Amino acid sequence: MTPFQYSRATSAAEAVQSAGLEAAKYLGGGTNLVDLMRETIERPAVLVDVTGLSANIDEREGGLLIGAAVRNTALAEHRVVRERYPVLARAILAGASAQIRNMATVGGNILQRTRCAYFYDDEGSRCNKRTPGQGCDALDGFNRMHAILGTSPACVATHPSDMCVALAALDATVHLEGRQGRRTLALTDLHRLPGDHPEIETVLEPGELITAVELPPLTMASTYRKVRDRASYAFALVSVAAALRVEDGAVKAVRLALGGVAHKPWRAWKAEAALKDGPVTAEAFRAAAEAELADAAPLRDNAFKIELAKRTMVSVLGELAGEAA
Amino acid sequence: MNILEQAGEAAKGAAQGVLKKAIELAPDSWLPGGRPDPLIHHQHGHVGKPMSRIDGPLKVKGAARFSAEFPLVGMTYAAVAFSTIAKGRIATLDIKAAAEAPGVVLVMTHLNAPPMKPTPLFMTHSKAAGGDNLAVMQDDRIHWNGQPVAVVLAETQEQADHAKSLIRVEYEAEPATTSLAAAKAQGTGPGQFMGEPLKLEIGDAEARLVEAPHKISATYRTPRQNHNAIEPHAAMLVWNGEELRVHDSSQGVAHTAWSLAKIFDIDEKQVNVTSPYVGGGFGSKCLWQHQVLGAAAAKLAARPVRIALSREGVFRVVGGRSLTEQHVAIGAQPDGRFTSIIHTGVTVMTRHNAFPEPFIVATRSGYAADNFKLDVEVAYIDMVANTFMRAPGEAVGTFGLECAIDELAEELGMDPIELRIRNEPEKDPTEGTPFSSRHIVEAYRAGAERFGWSQRTAPGMRREGEWLVGMGCATGTYPYYRMPGGAARITLTRDGRATVAVAAHEMGMGTATVNMSIAAERLGLPLDHVSIEYGDSTLPGVILAGGSQQTASIGASVIAAQRVLVTELLKLAGNDSPLAGLGADQVGGYDAGLAKLDEPERHESYASILSRAGRDEVVAQASAPPPLELQHWSMHSYSAIFCEVRVNAVTGETRVSRVLGSFDCGRILNPKTAASQFRGGIIMGLGLALMEETEFDERNGRIMNASLADYHVPVHLDVPPIEVIWTDIPDPHTPMGAHGVGEIGITGTGAAVANAVYNATGKRIRDLPLTLDKLM
Ligand SMILES: Cc1cc2nc3c(=O)[nH]c(=O)nc-3n(C[C@H](O)[C@H](O)[C@H](O)COP(=O)(O)OP(=O)(O)OC[C@H]3O[C@@H](n4cnc5c(N)ncnc54)[C@H](O)[C@@H]3O)c2cc1C
Ligand code: SF4
Repeated sequence: MTPFQYSRATSAAEAVQSAGLEAAKYLGGGTNLVDLMRETIERPAVLVDVTGLSANIDEREGGLLIGAAVRNTALAEHRVVRERYPVLARAILAGASAQIRNMATVGGNILQRTRCAYFYDDEGSRCNKRTPGQGCDALDGFNRMHAILGTSPACVATHPSDMCVALAALDATVHLEGRQGRRTLALTDLHRLPGDHPEIETVLEPGELITAVELPPLTMASTYRKVRDRASYAFALVSVAAALRVEDGAVKAVRLALGGVAHKPWRAWKAEAALKDGPVTAEAFRAAAEAELADAAPLRDNAFKIELAKRTMVSVLGELAGEAA
Repeated sequence: MNILEQAGEAAKGAAQGVLKKAIELAPDSWLPGGRPDPLIHHQHGHVGKPMSRIDGPLKVKGAARFSAEFPLVGMTYAAVAFSTIAKGRIATLDIKAAAEAPGVVLVMTHLNAPPMKPTPLFMTHSKAAGGDNLAVMQDDRIHWNGQPVAVVLAETQEQADHAKSLIRVEYEAEPATTSLAAAKAQGTGPGQFMGEPLKLEIGDAEARLVEAPHKISATYRTPRQNHNAIEPHAAMLVWNGEELRVHDSSQGVAHTAWSLAKIFDIDEKQVNVTSPYVGGGFGSKCLWQHQVLGAAAAKLAARPVRIALSREGVFRVVGGRSLTEQHVAIGAQPDGRFTSIIHTGVTVMTRHNAFPEPFIVATRSGYAADNFKLDVEVAYIDMVANTFMRAPGEAVGTFGLECAIDELAEELGMDPIELRIRNEPEKDPTEGTPFSSRHIVEAYRAGAERFGWSQRTAPGMRREGEWLVGMGCATGTYPYYRMPGGAARITLTRDGRATVAVAAHEMGMGTATVNMSIAAERLGLPLDHVSIEYGDSTLPGVILAGGSQQTASIGASVIAAQRVLVTELLKLAGNDSPLAGLGADQVGGYDAGLAKLDEPERHESYASILSRAGRDEVVAQASAPPPLELQHWSMHSYSAIFCEVRVNAVTGETRVSRVLGSFDCGRILNPKTAASQFRGGIIMGLGLALMEETEFDERNGRIMNASLADYHVPVHLDVPPIEVIWTDIPDPHTPMGAHGVGEIGITGTGAAVANAVYNATGKRIRDLPLTLDKLM
């Protein structure tokens, strides 16, 4: 770990001001950032602790406004989240371990970095995300966990968050505060695909702070399913966040997002379009999944993810349709 | 105060068995031609009772001190930099920034490391402990990706870690062999294990296979696995003049002391290694580079050193289980009897170690057949030296063998248990020696009944929602060993207390607890009057906590020491004692003293003998007899593992829902600690079956999942209820009638899971681990 300065912000404005330096980083629960600092992959000169900022969960216009410092556990256990947004509660609880969720914050979860092993191996591997232009050792290496959608020759990493997959499906917006002022952004617009610059992972301006996440009301049945290599404490190979409302035997409303398949939480717009107003049948679900995965490109070790994503989508939609029926 | 005295508080609460009958002295009588250890027939004492571990309360309170927890005056903290190429030499080493970083005491590289002799490689001498035979940090050569290239000492761990990150190394790489295909293309050599070739041919197995009316022939693969004991390797080292003091986490204190002495060219007596607690060993806690580097740096800096490997460090410095590619073929008659067993294949190791994963060892004595062909070939790769990992050989060898039997049973239309029983050998099929104690058939029958084996359906027939349900079983086996070199010292004091000292190890499996109860019972003393000293290289004996042999080795050593003790006591008792005129074979330990076996009223307490003789204590030390029993009998622990799995038809995810292990391991000395060993072994077997796999990048020989987030072992949710039962039939030819219980649990488990997966899905996966992509 490289030595750094530490300060604790008491307001968003103060945090933004303290983080004026290029080499400053906000500190949430530290479960990702501190690990990366130990590996010297992140070397901030200044850490601005933002866990003292808003940790409130407020009901607002039928939805929820969630402070960025809310801990993952607190969010998953919140009564309104459990009742109205089960997809979100389940996604959070499917992630990491109880101890990590107790520390992790909403802001930190959204901005956690990839788990690509070559990215983490600072000393022994090449990685464009860590050292732009260096090359990508995952392209022809171990890439079982890697992306099948939206990849580029520069980077095939995935975004590892479960929570974000649910947020993507929920049409969440992210509240930001920066030196240029405040703005909001759809969560689905926050993370970038790797393109030629995998080191730039979001559209945030330098020093921009996440202050809150807002959820619009949800009037659909929803759930989250995560497929992984062991029963708990493993990142998703594929995950599906889904919400569905069936009326008169047809899909009235549907939201679908995939995890473990791309550099960002993947909103399955194509599948949603295929499903909307269509029949509630396994065939229709399968056709929608096929449409979403049509552009998927396998790597050496992860071709199975394409079929796995399709099957999991069909299964989850079937489960929700059964519930709705 | 020794740690067991600290634990005495805990033991006080333990039940004090009333000893009803004098316990005979054991002559070396389990050996060929003798009588069984009399303790076997003693059914009312401490042995066989489910006694809780005496170290349990200390561990729960955090009061048990592990190797990295002995603060030393003036201590420095070490950080290790690892190579990033597999083969070549260090071209340039820039340590300037590191040396100038805050708190740095020393940067050690091959340019300034003190002279050291090559590490004595395990099994090249009775006390050699090294995982490889390389000289540590003596030149610019790189032998594997991850080899230590520099050590930083600093005032704090954080300063050491930071300074280490400032070291810049450039290499001149040379062509390395890092893929299995390349290694095989360069040619394989014959495997050797414990001085014997891993090759055996009886009859003409290939010809009989061709003729056989029923047969199976298939290739099974098992991946590399890494050691991940909960306590990462750590040592604290300090030189006092020419004497080296080491707090280590060790399964071989005497071995490590001797080997370090060789490396630093000093006398064995000048090195003292202690290891009161070990947070898991499984074959990995021997001598690797970190202890040597710590000692060298401590010498160079003239300061004590604490060297605690990070989890990544353990992956880079400590070897694991090597991969195997096994070919198994079995020919059978229509009634199921085997005519031919072939088990051959390839494993990989390095040019600087000598441990080919011996995957054929279980096949040597598993089943009757007249024709055998067994052969392990070795290919060489540039990697960290592979090593022993819980049940080396059997853990992966039984995967090939026991899956093949399941496949053959299917082909024959027979129940796989009946097929195994039909091929039960009367004597060791390749050695010709009688079995000392083999009750695998009883274990199978009891296990099948209890597990509900009769409910098993044809493959793919049971479905609950998305889940396909299946059952499988497999035989596990692990040899009984007793290595030469065991010795013990008993100190009996006038207040009727005894201390048994032996250079053995407590790795969390209950060694201290079990041996305290055995010693108390042999000596006829209450539990709280006996303490055990261990984990110290200055104590008697060269006893490895490995090969599941430690309890047998300690048992034999204590028997020998007790004989010397009793002989001495009878001498001291003299003519005024009720014991006057009796010989050692006529008396036994009874009610805190000695008594005539058939006339227990003729008794004198230890306290009385010692006070009349004017002695404060009697000390007796003796060595265990050579392990002759191993030459006369074929000796093994056995198990029948049953398992039920659920495989998701949509995603291919496998979850094990139920396991039962039915064991035949001689007399069970402590049902509580033995059950934990069995369960722990099975859980490790579930990891082997479902998820454990080292990602060794064949392009550059680098391990890519060097963390517990990426290297998967089972978490709680992966572990179903595990029931364990046992035959409890004592082996008359071992101390206490016991067999080892530490490694047997993992054997057979991989095959039992794979066989259950086949039964659930109709899909045969011959390639571990059984990840969902293989089952979709
Ligand atoms: C072993 C392990 C297993 C895991 N398994 C899973 C899993 O299965 N599923 C899963 O989803 N996650 C998993 N995680 C990841 C975990 O969810 C994240 O580490 C956690 O959510 C990060 O939150 P944090 O508050 O600790 O972030 P930090 O580590 O504090 O920060 C992460 C990043 O966010 C930035 N940041 C933090 N707060 C703000 C803010 N308000 N505004 C702007 N930037 C901010 C930081 O500067 C940093 O770049 C796992 C982690 C570990 C260590
Ligand atoms: S996939 Fe992306 S993160 Fe991984 S090595 Fe390649 S560039 Fe780096």
